[in-house]
Amino acid sequence: MSASVLFDAPGPKARRRNLILGVIGCLIVAAVLGLAIWKLADKGQFDSYKWKPFTTASLWQNYILPGLRGTLIAAALAVVISAVFGGILAILRLIELPPRSSGAHYPVLAIKWLVGAWVEVTRAIPVLLMMLFIFGVLSANGMGSGNGPLIATVGGLVFYNSAVICEVIRAGVGQLPNGQREAGLAVGLSAGQTVRLILLPQAITAMLPSLISQLIVVVKDTALGYNVLYGELLYTSKPATANNGNIFAMLVVIAAIYIAINYAISKFAEWVEHRLQQRGRTAGGPADADTNLGGPSTVAPVAGGPAGQ
Amino acid sequence: MKFRAITAATAAAALGLGLSACGGSSGGGSGASDAVCKLPSSGGSVKIGIKYDQPGMGLKDGSDFKGFDVDIARCVASQLGYSKIDFVESPSPQREKMLQAGTVKMILATYSITPKRLKVVSFAGPYFVAGQSVLVQSNSDIKDVAGLAGKKVCSVTGSTSVDNLKEKQPNLVPQKYDTYSACAEALSTGAIDAMTTDDTILAGYANQQQYKGKFKLVGGTFSEENYGVGMKKGDGDCQKVADAIKKIVDDGSWKKALENNLGTDYKYNEKLNPPKSPSCQA
Amino acid sequence: MSSLFSDYDIWSALWTTIKLTVFSAIGSLVLGTIVAIFRLSPVGILRFFGTSYVNIFRNTPLTLIILSCSFVLYIQLGVALADSNAQDFAAVNAFRLAIVGLTVYHATYVCEAIRSGVNTIPLGQAEAARSIGLTFGQSMREVVLPQAFRGAVVPLGNTLIALTKNTTVAVTIGVAELSAVLKTVTERDPGSLNLAFLVVGVFFVILTLPMGLAVGWIGQRVAVKR
Repeated sequence: MSASVLFDAPGPKARRRNLILGVIGCLIVAAVLGLAIWKLADKGQFDSYKWKPFTTASLWQNYILPGLRGTLIAAALAVVISAVFGGILAILRLIELPPRSSGAHYPVLAIKWLVGAWVEVTRAIPVLLMMLFIFGVLSANGMGSGNGPLIATVGGLVFYNSAVICEVIRAGVGQLPNGQREAGLAVGLSAGQTVRLILLPQAITAMLPSLISQLIVVVKDTALGYNVLYGELLYTSKPATANNGNIFAMLVVIAAIYIAINYAISKFAEWVEHRLQQRGRTAGGPADADTNLGGPSTVAPVAGGPAGQ
Repeated sequence: MKFRAITAATAAAALGLGLSACGGSSGGGSGASDAVCKLPSSGGSVKIGIKYDQPGMGLKDGSDFKGFDVDIARCVASQLGYSKIDFVESPSPQREKMLQAGTVKMILATYSITPKRLKVVSFAGPYFVAGQSVLVQSNSDIKDVAGLAGKKVCSVTGSTSVDNLKEKQPNLVPQKYDTYSACAEALSTGAIDAMTTDDTILAGYANQQQYKGKFKLVGGTFSEENYGVGMKKGDGDCQKVADAIKKIVDDGSWKKALENNLGTDYKYNEKLNPPKSPSCQA
Repeated sequence: MSSLFSDYDIWSALWTTIKLTVFSAIGSLVLGTIVAIFRLSPVGILRFFGTSYVNIFRNTPLTLIILSCSFVLYIQLGVALADSNAQDFAAVNAFRLAIVGLTVYHATYVCEAIRSGVNTIPLGQAEAARSIGLTFGQSMREVVLPQAFRGAVVPLGNTLIALTKNTTVAVTIGVAELSAVLKTVTERDPGSLNLAFLVVGVFFVILTLPMGLAVGWIGQRVAVKR
């Protein structure tokens, strides 16, 4: 291990102690895992008939892959729409307030205040609650099936994530040197143009890792669509277990799929961050995007943030 | 409570014994290959709502669908001259709304005809009369509703089955999951002691491959669930569907569908089945 | 309005949400700290366990974890967390299983918060502490941990806010918390849906907005100026 703030380089004594600690840790973990596996085996959860369906094409073609498609469609739609709305919200929140003498002062102030309130409130309301509400409204109007669940799922995700993306971008702009805005204004760009042409592109680049990490939150949150009957991975795959009583096996497989997708995204975010740092434009990386509510924690490089679910 | 089936109690007990003895002879999971009714080669297509997760009644199995409801749906569709059926999942809380919105033409999904539902949808039927019953492990010492005191009894969220049972046996411990499959799985591991809902659904699980011989029905039936074909209020085809059901019963498809899906040992209520006079209840 | 409160027992749903939040917060703080110790330890294999834990549970949807608590922990492994003869067994059991799920999931965020607190400390701080003659214990107590704690406050606060909102997922296994009210209203009385959403939404704003403000305020007060 390279130098750490917590520990000195271990000497012979420390190495011996570490070894003992390692062995004890291994034993405890092995005991817990072993107990769980033994109990599961005892209940017949490793019987081959419960796992065999996963080797057939039918299970994948009719349950898991359509479900995965549902998850990815909802995630993609949610990300694109949230990015658009989040960008618009960010622009509105970032517009420079015209001087009090100008007639535009109070309207702009009102807009900024409204957008600010909107962002705070949509971030405070749980995604699932939003989904249930949208679904309830749709369902009362006879749209509870068909595209209703998809609209509810994507809608719930967009409300929350557009606000988060807005705050991430705003935090990114906050880190830019003040001279950027001043330079933009000085060369004759309007306040809106300065935000759009100078600040946003730089902020988005700087916050790219956080934005990609937010994708993990979105992918995970599509699973909330389960509660509004949306055909995501969990909802579509679960009926297959009515055939074999293998819900444990199914949950393991689904979890593995989610972990693989999200792990890949987090590695991608890390790679992007690494690239950006090499280019030296965002020295130090994003430092403090975190006064927001449950927004992406940019402190840990990979963190998807404790946002959403 | 119109009838109190003493016969049904013995019948159900016999069913339990029969199931534990027979093990896989009845060909319970027959798919479309030996479908009871063939669709005509030309005609329109129709959307029919079914359950996807109820073995024996309506089950999605790979790209295929099977179950008693599914077979009856095929027969009705063929009588009405449809050559193609798109099956759509119709979860219980969504059924009325799906019919009102026209998402599906009809619904066959263990859908009981009740006065409350008749206010918003029409029914053709009944095509089967089921009754609430209790499913326990085959080595369980629970024999009847009285034996459920202090036992964990499972049903699904949004269903009133457990509440009905609780009126008869106030000391049972209710447990609700979101699907019957979850109840069945919990019953097989012993996490719960019994599950309750319509005897058709219970028989479907008891007849399923992985649970064969593990479950038995006890306590007879103690309600009357008239399964009907749900349709949009005032649908002009309602009478045609009722006539089709009559025909299906008369030509033997009904019995064949029942035996194919719920096993030959399933003792339905023979006093009320097959239904004598299916009609359109608009 | 009053009929909404009496018909759907909103107050007890709110209380359930608060209890879920408090118990899961304590649980995930304890478990998360343990995982963080694993991840930060000088023993390679323990670090591996800690990292694996975080990678597995942080990349799995909470819905899936909470469902697994019900299906795997209880149904398959028979881990019952309530008196199985009690009349309210199902409700209490589901409530406690939900706490387990929330704890397991949010422990990963607590771990990452603590780790990020440690990671913000420049190596020079520890080196300086040692070079002025502080022992290992002293440098930990006087230099490293105070800074780590300050750095972890904001992410920990954000985790608490996220946790509060994520208690809604407990409805998946039938816990009667606030979002369950919305689900029931949708099924039974769609006419009251707007009102119910407004009430439940306001509860969450009341619960989380002050938390957000407090986190921001405390975060600024304890921030390490570098």
